[in-house]
Amino acid sequence: MNDKKFPLPAARIEPPLAPGVPSTTGFDFLTTKLDWFVQWSHKNSLWPMPFGTACCAIEFMSSVSSHYDLARFGAEVVRFSPRQADLMIVSGTITDKQAPILRKIYDQMPEPKWVISMGVCACTGGFYRAYHVVQGIDEIVPVDVYVAGCPPTPENLIYGIIELQKRIQSGDLARHREAKTYVPIRVGTDPVESLPAYSKGVMAHGRSSESGFAAMEGPVEAAKAGKGETR
Amino acid sequence: MSATLAPSAGVTFAPVLERAFPDGAVRVEPRPAHDVPTLVATAEAFPAAARFLRDDPSTSFDLLLDLVAVDRSRLDGPPSCRGEERFQLNALLYSTKRNEHLRLRVALPATDPRLPTLVETWPASNWFEREAWDLMGIRFDGHPNLARLLTHNGFVGHALRKDYEAGQRWLCTDEDVLQTRLAAKTDLPEDVFETTTLNFGPSHPATHGTLRIVVRLDGERVVAAESECGYLHRCFEKMSETHTYTQVIPYTDRLNYCSPMINGAGYARAVEQMLGIEIPPRARAVRVVLSEFSRIMDHMVCIGANLVDVGGLTTFWYSYQAREEIYSLLEACCGARLTSSYARIGGLSMDVPANFVEWCRSLSRSVRDRIDEVDTLLTKNRILHKRMMGTGVVTKEQAIAWGFTGPCLRASGVGYDVRKDKPYDGYDEVDFDVPVATAGDNFSRFHVRMEEMRQSLRIIEQVVSRLPGGPVVSDDYRVVLPPKEMVYNEMEGLIFHFKNVFEGIQVPAGEVYSFTEGANGELGYSIVSDGSGRPYRVKVRPPCFPLFAAFEKIVVGGLVSDAVATLGTLNIIAGELDR
Ligand code: SF4
Repeated sequence: MNDKKFPLPAARIEPPLAPGVPSTTGFDFLTTKLDWFVQWSHKNSLWPMPFGTACCAIEFMSSVSSHYDLARFGAEVVRFSPRQADLMIVSGTITDKQAPILRKIYDQMPEPKWVISMGVCACTGGFYRAYHVVQGIDEIVPVDVYVAGCPPTPENLIYGIIELQKRIQSGDLARHREAKTYVPIRVGTDPVESLPAYSKGVMAHGRSSESGFAAMEGPVEAAKAGKGETR
Repeated sequence: MSATLAPSAGVTFAPVLERAFPDGAVRVEPRPAHDVPTLVATAEAFPAAARFLRDDPSTSFDLLLDLVAVDRSRLDGPPSCRGEERFQLNALLYSTKRNEHLRLRVALPATDPRLPTLVETWPASNWFEREAWDLMGIRFDGHPNLARLLTHNGFVGHALRKDYEAGQRWLCTDEDVLQTRLAAKTDLPEDVFETTTLNFGPSHPATHGTLRIVVRLDGERVVAAESECGYLHRCFEKMSETHTYTQVIPYTDRLNYCSPMINGAGYARAVEQMLGIEIPPRARAVRVVLSEFSRIMDHMVCIGANLVDVGGLTTFWYSYQAREEIYSLLEACCGARLTSSYARIGGLSMDVPANFVEWCRSLSRSVRDRIDEVDTLLTKNRILHKRMMGTGVVTKEQAIAWGFTGPCLRASGVGYDVRKDKPYDGYDEVDFDVPVATAGDNFSRFHVRMEEMRQSLRIIEQVVSRLPGGPVVSDDYRVVLPPKEMVYNEMEGLIFHFKNVFEGIQVPAGEVYSFTEGANGELGYSIVSDGSGRPYRVKVRPPCFPLFAAFEKIVVGGLVSDAVATLGTLNIIAGELDR
């Protein structure tokens, strides 16, 4: 570009017309990797969809209110429609009755999408080791960032969002996602048969782990196929 | 610690009862003075007794507060606890005319416990019966729709029975959740030409993530509605049974998570009544101050969120600011913003900061400014009037029949407020008014809340101006952890500490129904103790529960957008609704 044959035009040296307005006469450009750029724009324009069910949702409200102002992190466009969001913040206890709905909402979000599990209830079931509470939403949807606390303070949630932004920028998450296949819980004709980890009430004090999913080769394939058809 | 039994404490109508049931089918049970008076009926006489209690002018218990089912099979009682009298169903009643509480009790056998439904007598009983069926397996003959309410349809068994394992879960599939029950309803008016069924929630901004309403619409008009809850059923009551009395306090914070302090204080008060201990005056005063601040927080969020739902986002930022300011005070007192867990059985967990009084004064000034701002934005706003006035109307009779309490009952013209009518924690020493509206529409509910916040500030200012000194926790070390110096230096202190931590507070065997004024109405705790360190049974009387149960009846005939406004003014908090 600095070739002598093409001396830089005067407009290049002059200040731009207004801050942020690119010069039209100059040869301004920026070299970058496409995926870096894409990740950069993803991370700075997160549109959260609050899946708020309980007390944590109140702290989520605090985070978006004027005092803490989530807008400073590019994540203020709270959308209640999953189709318009790319970040699901699960704030609150997820019960067994809510679980299929959570999965459905997650499936409705367009790619790329991320999930923050806010509060110990969403992360592990919290202090509800009980007959109607999902022991961690990673039984149902993949989680990118776990934010601990009961409820997490807004600072803590903001920290979680910053961490997520870092990971989006680093590209970790994209690779991580490809490597993992998650089973939607509604797979199979006989759910109790096909989902040993989730059903049969064995969940009292443990939760389905990676190995739980790994043990289900068959249903995973079924899930993939099923998903392909419906999309 | 043990209270004496008064044979007919509070039952002034015993002679009338004897005349109406000469065969002794309904008798007065002796109860200690701190509990509500109790009648015991035989299963056969139960419906007649219920109707008598509602209709007779000397009783007129017109408001059904709660149905409490107890599985007595693990109680240390006579063998009948495991056989003929395994279950107990308690109907908790209130008379708005005579300002009295009453418990009507009936015993049911272990095999196939069933009773005739009370829906005819008290319509509020509808959902309470469904809950009793769902969690305790008591069948109600003649009930219009005895389906599961809190747990999902794939659930097997009845979770609050003592032989049900606390962690036993069941798979819930899509089909269990997404079925449209309303489709089965055929009793629609004839002129309905074409209707659509619309599903609201549970993941819908107006339903706060946890309520579900299926409405059938004729154009925009609701011709039928059905609401469903249980999406946040976190098993509070089962969890309480597996924890010590003190460990239950954090769980109570998560009932009505908009005003956690009130729940904790109410629970602690119930246990204190069972133990028969008095808490120091300073603890009482601080509980009142923080409860009133919590009430303001709750009303603020209710109004703010309601306005968001009907399309006015601005108010939310103003009202939320007040919350943030109150959070700072709570944080300084106990270290937590939202889930305070500040109350302890016997007082409070720690003393308030040194500048508490000045802080409360300045906070009440700034909160008053916030309230005024919200008031300016809303109370004379024509758009709001059009949205709110005349919509979601609940008449006085309906409100009583549906079991309303709190601001929603007061908006319909019944001035029942526990703080005034059954004063506790020194509310009788402060001067405040109970705002009452008569229209029963959405605007009345909104307006009552606005005024209540101002009254709360009045209470706060009075209590703070004469805040007593002294300790904030009782010195009865059977209940309260002794101070650290005592634990380290004295044998006795160590023993008390050990017993309290490992075994929990030993509450004498017995039963209590204790109630306070929550932000949404009468918040009651029925606690049954078997004398051990863990509650045998805790049942909350959640003020939201009857409100949401009535929602499907309120909205019929109105526009679907009014339904959203109505849901907001009823202020349904799922944590408390579903427990
Ligand atoms: S983590 Fe705590 S605050 Fe959050 S939903 Fe669970 S119980 Fe409530």
